[in-house]
Amino acid sequence: MTETFYIASAFAVLAALLAVTRSNPLHAVLYLVLSLFALAIDFLVLGAPFVAALEIIVYAGAIVVVIMFVIMMVAGAAASREQERSWMPPRAWIVPALLAGALALLTLGSLAGAGGQAIAAPTIGPREVGAVLFTTYLIGVELASVLLLAGLVGAYYLGSRD
Amino acid sequence: MATIPTAHVLMVAGALVCIGAFGVLLRRNLLFMLLSLEVMLNGAALAFVGAGARWQQPDGQIFVIFIMAMAAAEVAVGLALILLIFRRSATLDADRLDVLRG
Repeated sequence: MTETFYIASAFAVLAALLAVTRSNPLHAVLYLVLSLFALAIDFLVLGAPFVAALEIIVYAGAIVVVIMFVIMMVAGAAASREQERSWMPPRAWIVPALLAGALALLTLGSLAGAGGQAIAAPTIGPREVGAVLFTTYLIGVELASVLLLAGLVGAYYLGSRD
Repeated sequence: MATIPTAHVLMVAGALVCIGAFGVLLRRNLLFMLLSLEVMLNGAALAFVGAGARWQQPDGQIFVIFIMAMAAAEVAVGLALILLIFRRSATLDADRLDVLRG
């Protein structure tokens, strides 16, 4: 199981790197889906089967599909491969790579020394998650529903007028 | 039963967040910037799940559920805005969208 985590993590990181650098938008989204699936395997290994299922159903199944629809709606005009490639000349990579590299160096460097305690993950199933979610975090659930309603109304308002 | 050091989980999460930040900085197309934000959110989600597994509490998973709700709302409004911008100015170039009343 431990090897599974490292293999899936390597897949998740590589696929994420490909997703943010591809010039074809649909390829980028498919790499993002691959990254999400690898991350779902990570969640499963870490003893979170409920979140692993949600990651595939909600993230890969709903959110990414919506992004894909919008890419197809604006495809050709705004998201062509040639345009994307012309927007990413080699010199445009330098500053983002330096900044993100410095950030990665700081993050990973500070964690490299710390071994940390090992996780021996027992499964925390949907029953435990649901019990705490609807007692301790009930106010959070209500706030999330208000947020989703605001998102729905906002998307409807922005999409309906010309 | 898996035994994984907490630091390794956090390293993967940190790498994902850095990759997402790299994408946001590198891209000029608004769609790809939104895509990179999703990568960053997933890094944060992995850190939450790792911490929840470390202390063997369901709280980490609950916060991932909140992150997903937030991401869904963000993507809905973000994509509606992107479509509106595209209808008005026929471009998704973040460098050219610097006028409020286009």
